[in-house]
Amino acid sequence: MTIKTRSRVVVFILSWLVYMGLTSFTDLQEVLAGLVVALLVSMLAGHFYLSSPKRQRIFRRIGFGIIYFFRFLLEVTKANWQVALLVVNPVLPIKPGIIKIKTKLKKDSSITMLANSITLTPGTLTIDVNPKEKELYIHWINTTSKDIEEDTRIIGEKFEKILMEVVE
Amino acid sequence: MNNLHEIIGLVFIGFGLCFDFFGVLGLVRLPDVYNRLQAATKCVTFGSAGILFGVFIYKGFADFDFKLLLGIVFIFLTAPVAAHAIARAAHRSGIPLAKETVIDCYKDDNELKEK
Repeated sequence: MTIKTRSRVVVFILSWLVYMGLTSFTDLQEVLAGLVVALLVSMLAGHFYLSSPKRQRIFRRIGFGIIYFFRFLLEVTKANWQVALLVVNPVLPIKPGIIKIKTKLKKDSSITMLANSITLTPGTLTIDVNPKEKELYIHWINTTSKDIEEDTRIIGEKFEKILMEVVE
Repeated sequence: MNNLHEIIGLVFIGFGLCFDFFGVLGLVRLPDVYNRLQAATKCVTFGSAGILFGVFIYKGFADFDFKLLLGIVFIFLTAPVAAHAIARAAHRSGIPLAKETVIDCYKDDNELKEK
């Protein structure tokens, strides 16, 4: 079985389960409609899901995935608290700027996850990605440093290390 | 305490509403489009997810549980992508940054356009 076929099968099962979760398992019409929709989805877009041929050390990755989830939840809570404090502050102490950080991640999916995580964490918003140089352009609401190495350390590394284990 | 889950659910809904309010306040108070997006993505994402999660707990095991959780997942997936698209489009169409801005690397690199 080639990698694309396997990816399509996984997407078919997942999308059927999601459809069933949204409707009900007891209705035969819904089950059949779910099968048709899942087949369409997996035919049209199923080949994007898996890209590397081998999945190794699956439990280790799931473990790091759970660590990543909790780390992410913590950072999101912190981000919201900071923005809330900033917004109610009468003098608005902001120092915005667009800076660059470097990333060591290679795959498209992991860079996307890193960019999305950065957007949802304190004061930072990903504006663009340079795929050749592996750089992310980030709008920072409170720029503390303009040095690329320093910024990479402050913003990127807390997620990068965990994502390296989960996705790469 | 048989309505404990209702109290916890209402607390979550209250938190969600507070953060939604802060997000909207930020949208009004912050200077330029990029800073406003910061408030719009963070607080509104967290607030809306909080409201959905509050309803999830409040209702206990209702038959739309799965829809609520799926809604939270989709909010967390789509909000950053939308913010990224809006910020990039704004920068490329030449919307100026606020006057407090200290550095703009994206402009220095010519917005990654080919010559």
